[in-house]
Amino acid sequence: MLLQGNEAVAEGALRAGCRFFGGYPITPATEISEVLSVRLPQVGGTFIQMEDEIASLGAVIGASLAGVKSMTATSGPGFSLMQENLGLAIIAEVPCVIVNVMRGGPSTGLPTFPAQGDVMQARWGTHGDHPIIVLSASTVRECYDMTIYAFNLSEKFRTPVILLIDEVVGHMREKMVVDDEEPIEIFNRVKPTMPPEWYIPYEDTPSGVSPMANFGEGYRYHVTGLTHDVRGFPTSRPDEIGPFISRLHRKISSHFAEIQVAEFFRTDDAEITIIAYGCVARSAKRAMIEAREKGLKVGLLKLNTLWPFMRIAVEKVLQTSKILIVPEMNMGQISREVKRVNRGVARVITLNKVDGTIITPMEILDRIQEAVS
Amino acid sequence: MAEVTKLIHKYLRHDKKFPHVWCPGCGIGIMLGALIRAVDRIGYEKDEIVLVSGIGCSGRLPVYVDFNTLHTTHGRAITFATGVKLAKPRLKVIVIMGDGDAVAIGGNHFIHAARRNIDITTLILNNNIYGMTGGQNSPTTPYGMRSTTTTYSNIEQSFNISELAVTAGAAFVGRGTVYHARLLDNLMEKAFLKKGFSVVEIISHCHTQYGRQNRLGTAVEMMEQQRDQAITVEKATKMKSEELKDRIVIGVLVDKELPVYQDEYEKIQERAKRQSKMNDKL
Repeated sequence: MLLQGNEAVAEGALRAGCRFFGGYPITPATEISEVLSVRLPQVGGTFIQMEDEIASLGAVIGASLAGVKSMTATSGPGFSLMQENLGLAIIAEVPCVIVNVMRGGPSTGLPTFPAQGDVMQARWGTHGDHPIIVLSASTVRECYDMTIYAFNLSEKFRTPVILLIDEVVGHMREKMVVDDEEPIEIFNRVKPTMPPEWYIPYEDTPSGVSPMANFGEGYRYHVTGLTHDVRGFPTSRPDEIGPFISRLHRKISSHFAEIQVAEFFRTDDAEITIIAYGCVARSAKRAMIEAREKGLKVGLLKLNTLWPFMRIAVEKVLQTSKILIVPEMNMGQISREVKRVNRGVARVITLNKVDGTIITPMEILDRIQEAVS
Repeated sequence: MAEVTKLIHKYLRHDKKFPHVWCPGCGIGIMLGALIRAVDRIGYEKDEIVLVSGIGCSGRLPVYVDFNTLHTTHGRAITFATGVKLAKPRLKVIVIMGDGDAVAIGGNHFIHAARRNIDITTLILNNNIYGMTGGQNSPTTPYGMRSTTTTYSNIEQSFNISELAVTAGAAFVGRGTVYHARLLDNLMEKAFLKKGFSVVEIISHCHTQYGRQNRLGTAVEMMEQQRDQAITVEKATKMKSEELKDRIVIGVLVDKELPVYQDEYEKIQERAKRQSKMNDKL
C-alpha cells in the first residue's frame, strides 16, 4: 500500500502493541494522532488529545505505569515542552515512545519545512545527567520498523525512546508492504515473578534493568521523580544515589550492541564515506551511486541509532576512509560527534543547510568533488 | 481513638518511610487521616488505589501510604492520573495537590480534567502559600497578605479553587477545613464514590510560613480561625455576597450527573470496532 511516513509510524506502533496515545496537534506530526484516533479504539486501545504536550507525555507515562504500551508524537515546540516529563520517565524508568517529526527551529520556526535541528536536544534536552536512546528513519518502511524497534528497546531497557524523523520522511509517501503474518520480534517488559513482599522495584540486576510491576497487579510500590533507593523511596544518601545514577547509565551503556543500528553501503573499500541519517541519507545514497559511477570510491554510513552515538560504526569506516562527509540539516550536530570519534585521523567535512530545503544529491556530490580535487 | 490509630496504621508504610517530612502541627496529616478513613469506609483494596501527587509538601504524601503511589512533576499529577485511569479503568485514582501545584503551574491541567470529566478524585490542600520552598506567594494567598516574595503586600487577587472547579465543569466539588475533620471524611467518601471528576478542597494552615509571616498565631490558633470563618453551604446560600467575604463556605458545593469520559470512550471503542469489522467485510 501507499503510506506516508507518519502513517507508517502509527501502523508500526499498533503492530508493536501500543494501546495508548496521548498527544497534541502539531505540524508536521499531526497525521500520527489522526490515524491513531481512528485505529486505537478499533483494537481496544485509547487515544486522547490532551491540553498540551506536557500533559500528553504525563498521560503516556501514567498509562505505561498501568501496564499499557504508550506513545506520543510531536514536533520541536512540543518536544521542548515534553523535556520535563521526559526526565521523569528516565529517572522512574518508565517505558514509552516519543516521536519527534522535526521541523525548522528555533521556537515556532518553520512549521512545514524539514530540519534536523533537534538531534542534540533529544540527547541533552532534559536537565540532569541521563542516558537516552534516540533512533532515526529515512524511509516509510523504516518509520514502521523503527517504531517497533523503539517500543522493543523501551520495554527491554525501561526507558523512554525517541524516534527522530523529519518533515520530509513524515510526509513522504512510498510503497510499503505490510504483512500482518510476517514474524516480527515484539518485546514486552519483564514483570516480577516473586511474591510481592520480596519485590524490590529498583533492584540492581546483571543487565541493570529491574523487573517492572504494573499498577494494580499486587506489587504496590512508590514511583517518584526524586532520586530514590532500590525500593523507590526518596533518598539523600550518597551510597544510594551514586549506584542508582550509575545503574541508569550502565543499563544503556552495557547494551550498545543491542541498541545501535547502522547500515553500511559500499564502505569496504571507500576512501570517502558520507555519514548521514533521516531524509539526508536518501540524498547521500544517490550521491554515493553517482560518485561511484564517476569512479570515486565513496561509501555511505547511514545511522539508524543516533544516541548513544555509534562510535564503533565511525571507527569502522575510518579503517579505509581518509575523508568523512557529514551532511546535516542543522549547523553541525552529529558532525561534532563524528569529529570527537575521528580525533584527527581523517578529514571531516561538514555540509550544513538550515534554510528549510533539503540537501540534494548534487550538493553532496559537489562537496565530494571539492574534497578530492 | 485507639481504633482509629490502628486503622490508620493498617494503611501506612510505617516500617519503611517514617518520620515524615512535615512540620509539627501541619494540617496535612489530618487530610491523610481523612483519606484513609474514607478509603477504609468504602472498603477499597489497597491494590485498587493509585495515589498520584505533584510537587511540594502535599507531593510527599503518597510515599507514606501502602497504595500504588506515584510522585510526579510539579503541577502535572492530573495528567499522569488521566493516563493511569484510561489505561486501567478499574483502578481508583486519587490525586493530591497543593494550591500552587493545582492552580498555578497545574491550573491548565486542572480545568481540562474537570471539563473532560475524567473519573478521578482530586484532593487539593490549600494553605495559601508555597510551604516547602519557604513561604512564597501562591495563587491563593489573599490580597494584602505577606509572603517571602510579597514582603510589602500581596497585590494580586486570589483564586477560589472550588469555584474554579465548579466553573470548569467538575461533577462533584466539596470544601472542608482540617478543623472539620469528620466533614472531610464524608466529603472524601462522597468524592471517591462519585463517577466523574470530583474535587475536595481542604483548607489548611501553614503556621510555619504563612502564619508566621502574617502573625496569625500557632497551628491551634489558625485552626480556631478556620472554625470561626467556616460557614455551611446551607447557611451561606441565605447570605449576601458581602457578608460572605472572609468566610469559608464548607460542604458539598456541586454534585451533578455528567457524561463520564471513560463511559463515552467505551462507546467510541464499540463503534470503531463495528466499523472496522464492516470495512473488513467489504
